Amino acid sequence: MGYLDDNLISLVTFLPLATALGLLAPRVFGRDLPSDIWRGMALAMTTLTFLLSLWMWAEFDPAQPGFQLQEHAAWLPAFGINYFVGIDGIALLLVVLTTFLMPIVLVASWNDIKHSVRSYVFFMLFLETGMIGAFVSLNLFQFYVFWEVMLIPMYFIIGIWGGGRRIYAAVKFFLFTLAGSLLMLVALIALYIMHGEQFGVHTFDFVASAGGAAQGLRDTLVPVTGQVDAAGNLFPWWKTQTWLFAAFALAFAIKVPMVPFHTWLPDAHVEAPTSGSVILAGVLLKMGTFGFVRFALPLFPNAAEEFVPLIFTLSLIGIIYGSLVAMVQADIKKLVAYSSVAHLGFVMLGMFALNREGLEGSVLQMVNHGLSTGALFLLVGMIYERRHTRLIADFGGIAKPMPVYAALFGIVAMSSIGLPALNGFVGEFLILLGTFQASTTVGVVAAFGVVLAAAYMLWMFRRVMFGPVDKDENLGLIDLDLREKAVMVAMILPIIWIGIYPEPFLRRLDAPVTELLKVMDNRKAAVAALPQPLRLAEQHSVEEVASDSDDGGTPL
Amino acid sequence: MVEAQTSEMLRWIPLLPLAGALFHGVILGLIRRESPRLLVIGISCGAVLLSFCVSVMAFIELVGLPEGQRALGDNLFTWIGAGSFSAEFAFRFDPLSAVMCLVVTGVGSLIHIYSIGYMDDDHRDDKGFQRFFCYLNLFTCAMLLLVLGDNMLLLFLGWEGVGVCSYLLIGFWYSDRWNAYCGSKAFIVNRIGDFGFLIGLFLLFWAAASVGTPTIEFTKLQSVIGELAAMTIVVPFFGECALLNVVGLCLFVGAAGKSAQIPLYVWLPDAMAGPTPVSALIHAATMVTAGVYMVCRFNFLYGEAPIAAAVIAWTGALTALFAATIAIAQTDIKKVLAYSTVSQLGYMFMAAGCGSYTAAVFHLGTHAFFKALLFLGSGAVILAMHHEQDMDKMGGLRRKIPRTHMVFLIGVLAISGVPYFSGFFSKDEVLLSAYLAHDTPGHYWLYGIGLLTAGLTAFYMFRLHFRIFFGECRATPEVQSHIHEPSWVVIGPLFVLAFFSIFGGLFGPSEAWVFVEDANSLANFLTPMLQHVIPHDVSHGLERGLGAVAVGTATLGFLLAFLFYVRKPGIPAAIASKLSGAHETLKNKYYVDEIYDSAIVRPLVALSDKVLFQKIDAGLIDGLAINGSANSVRNLAGRGLKHLQTGMTQSYIFFMIVGTIAIVGYLLR
Repeated sequence: MGYLDDNLISLVTFLPLATALGLLAPRVFGRDLPSDIWRGMALAMTTLTFLLSLWMWAEFDPAQPGFQLQEHAAWLPAFGINYFVGIDGIALLLVVLTTFLMPIVLVASWNDIKHSVRSYVFFMLFLETGMIGAFVSLNLFQFYVFWEVMLIPMYFIIGIWGGGRRIYAAVKFFLFTLAGSLLMLVALIALYIMHGEQFGVHTFDFVASAGGAAQGLRDTLVPVTGQVDAAGNLFPWWKTQTWLFAAFALAFAIKVPMVPFHTWLPDAHVEAPTSGSVILAGVLLKMGTFGFVRFALPLFPNAAEEFVPLIFTLSLIGIIYGSLVAMVQADIKKLVAYSSVAHLGFVMLGMFALNREGLEGSVLQMVNHGLSTGALFLLVGMIYERRHTRLIADFGGIAKPMPVYAALFGIVAMSSIGLPALNGFVGEFLILLGTFQASTTVGVVAAFGVVLAAAYMLWMFRRVMFGPVDKDENLGLIDLDLREKAVMVAMILPIIWIGIYPEPFLRRLDAPVTELLKVMDNRKAAVAALPQPLRLAEQHSVEEVASDSDDGGTPL
Repeated sequence: MVEAQTSEMLRWIPLLPLAGALFHGVILGLIRRESPRLLVIGISCGAVLLSFCVSVMAFIELVGLPEGQRALGDNLFTWIGAGSFSAEFAFRFDPLSAVMCLVVTGVGSLIHIYSIGYMDDDHRDDKGFQRFFCYLNLFTCAMLLLVLGDNMLLLFLGWEGVGVCSYLLIGFWYSDRWNAYCGSKAFIVNRIGDFGFLIGLFLLFWAAASVGTPTIEFTKLQSVIGELAAMTIVVPFFGECALLNVVGLCLFVGAAGKSAQIPLYVWLPDAMAGPTPVSALIHAATMVTAGVYMVCRFNFLYGEAPIAAAVIAWTGALTALFAATIAIAQTDIKKVLAYSTVSQLGYMFMAAGCGSYTAAVFHLGTHAFFKALLFLGSGAVILAMHHEQDMDKMGGLRRKIPRTHMVFLIGVLAISGVPYFSGFFSKDEVLLSAYLAHDTPGHYWLYGIGLLTAGLTAFYMFRLHFRIFFGECRATPEVQSHIHEPSWVVIGPLFVLAFFSIFGGLFGPSEAWVFVEDANSLANFLTPMLQHVIPHDVSHGLERGLGAVAVGTATLGFLLAFLFYVRKPGIPAAIASKLSGAHETLKNKYYVDEIYDSAIVRPLVALSDKVLFQKIDAGLIDGLAINGSANSVRNLAGRGLKHLQTGMTQSYIFFMIVGTIAIVGYLLR
């Protein structure tokens, strides 16, 4: 067992990809395995991956801060590029969410995906490795590789198995994300250079490790605007926190997505096949928020604080605007997509409250959103398979022919609304609690989002589920079969569990969140210790940045 | 602070109904076939009855404790804990919870039994029987969590839980669009209230945290309330305000949502779309009193928040009057009762706002009895009339259904405040509390409004009674031939409720009326846990005098009703045509729904659709910024960059080498 223990994270990460390659192997001999074997094997191996990630959960010590189960190996040592993985509570939760969703999605898409099943399975497995890899990466170059690699399978999943405007949606999705990540790459290289200058060793490692450098990028001192180096020279702008943070933040904000970078999301969701939507909402969006909490906050704490007003504003706009726009959608899937914009607004809000309550709520809400929005997309997919429409106006009175469907939909909708005893409440509550400490006004406005969430969800639910069955096509609808019920029960169990007993999750977030705040404080103290003779200049440039931010914050 | 004595039986009070609900839910979800009727009845009614028994046992244990130390506690596990915040899943059974528990499980049991008969008769939805009891059990569980929770968050869990059950039960016959609409409306209006509650919770938590006690537990908050009272907060447009006043008002917004006070009362009359037992249980006896309960629970806070308390008293009084005027012109018998409930809830808030929490709880209890009785009685009438709710199509029923007539009359007498009926004692306490509340601005006005409302109440209740049971029957002959007394399972609970509507007042009568020392056992029971109690220093003579005035006003109301609807039935129509404007306004409920709709709902939807979605999302961001820039890039590439795509490998290699050298050169510099 020793070997497994030592390589647990790698195993979880690469098992899906290995499965995909293994299934591909017979191709070398000019033979294809039957698509049912592909599907069956993929299901078996993703389930195994999930079980392995549970083992990881068991191995993980919630009380201990820092990254656990670390693995470090040289990859391109000359450039400080290493294979370096490890998890804290945040990564653990998101990895388990990913491995949990994957088999469910495969089962759910069993009948949905009819053509090119093999490529579909291949891309899904490929995608899983990409997502897990990004969550566990502790080397930023490696993170960047996984981050980009994820795009490719998702691009194909939308572009090949999507709906009518799938090409437009896929390209839009790809370009949006790519545009942001290129800036992140530039900032990353800048950080890498600064680290090399400060410590004489070039590395992309995030933290120090047994086999790697003595200091990671997180130890790099990043000055704020207006500070001078030992020789008394002003740091160039590209070495200051504001700009580096902005570059990272843009990449992550597009992925979250924050208003006004959100318009790729409704298109991608509506065109993607059900499984694509579930993974997109459940995991890929979390890449953005995860990027903030893992990298942007600890690396650039001063800039993060500087950006709080902007992020708060954009999050509030996301919550209110997302909810209002969701309310008037005619397409259920688009409604759910816009509701994601609102929910992710909450996640960002709690995170930038920069206190333990808000941060823990924020990370928990990432998981919650994955579960409830994922479940919503599954439900929308189930009705779409039956009726080949997602327009609210085409339904009405569905609760009559499909009572179980309506009941399960009701539970998930309530979870999305944030009803106590279901998961969404715990996250939203902690987020609002944290936000209130940071700013009462922001908290009040955000809390109003709770009212709007009920409005758009229940309005949709009423028009779809209740009333007389006035369309003949809806009369003969068949309620969920065993496979679909199993899928939904699997989704709803954790929804209820987190709602009633979130302790196992929150306990695992305590240490990393506390550590994050400590790291931020330490780094701020280090920056404050730098000579700062240019007070006036600094203030001036901060104002400049603030006015820049305002431009970004007033898209309305 | 009263240290709670651990008692593990408390958890069973909410868990038993929960088990019932889970059973029904799982059966319906998995087997998709209704269980045998007797099993459904046995499990759901049994669960609530057992829960009632446990409540009684806990009550006996509580009374056994010395006065001043009466509190039982049961801590299950930590629900949410993050950072400095922690909310336990813990129950606390103190005198206030005890009263609420007994009312909820007691009246709840009766209504469960009544529902057997009522839902049986109803064949609108043949699959609804088990689903109905599933919701009803779930509701009971949530309501018990609400009254037993020892912290604000658990209260909020119950608070939202009852809201969902209310939503489900109002829209129980969901095939009707109107019912579903009413359900959603109730939920969303309540959410506006919840918004206020949550803000109050957050403010209170961080205020408590700032004095070193981060908590939302009631007892701990109570212990630091003195420190909190000194704190202030800056509110936009109002400047610096006392924190507790702001918190108190925020919490009251929540209470106004749940307990249907101005301006959030609009959902309750529409909630009558639900089955009648639901109207009785949720929208009269229990859930709608949750706001009153919450204000009483926070008595220690409102004692330090005089402005908030005054707002509560005034809102309550105005709601009482406002709703009573609407009730006069309604013809749907359930609508009359609904507005009457709104009005009576206003009474309770008036008492609580004046600092007389015992009077509020007392009226809450007696109201639960007589209003449940009235609703169930009207349900019996509706059953007899084959689901006719319009009183214009009734009349003369006292000969056809005498038993129903009798119990209904008891309810009417009780709510009108006829001496020595339950409503008399509690209404007397409420009015007295307003009269004596010298700290509340304009308390004599409050008393006057209360008195006027009492008169109106007697008028519209007797109007209702006379229109249903007296005069000629206005139903079609076909319906008339089928009018029958409902079955015993329906009538039985009515008799029990009628009994308590008559004698329930004896739990807490004022000494002035029963000539016994220390007669007010309810007040004595509750007072030790209340922080601020208005001294009851009033001479028996004055109290009797005030009582006589109230009775006189009610008599006036009765006489008017008798004159209008029995003696000279032509008068109301004459008045209505004379004052057609006023009559139309009342009949249309002051057009409040229409105003909300055209001032808030429609503009919001239009803004979201026409401006936010179509203009900004699709037009500005996507159209201009995204696709616009994409097009310009395409144009640029089409005109300029395509010349780089020579198709010659050599030139590509050349660019790659240049790029690589540039990067490496930079790194090695």
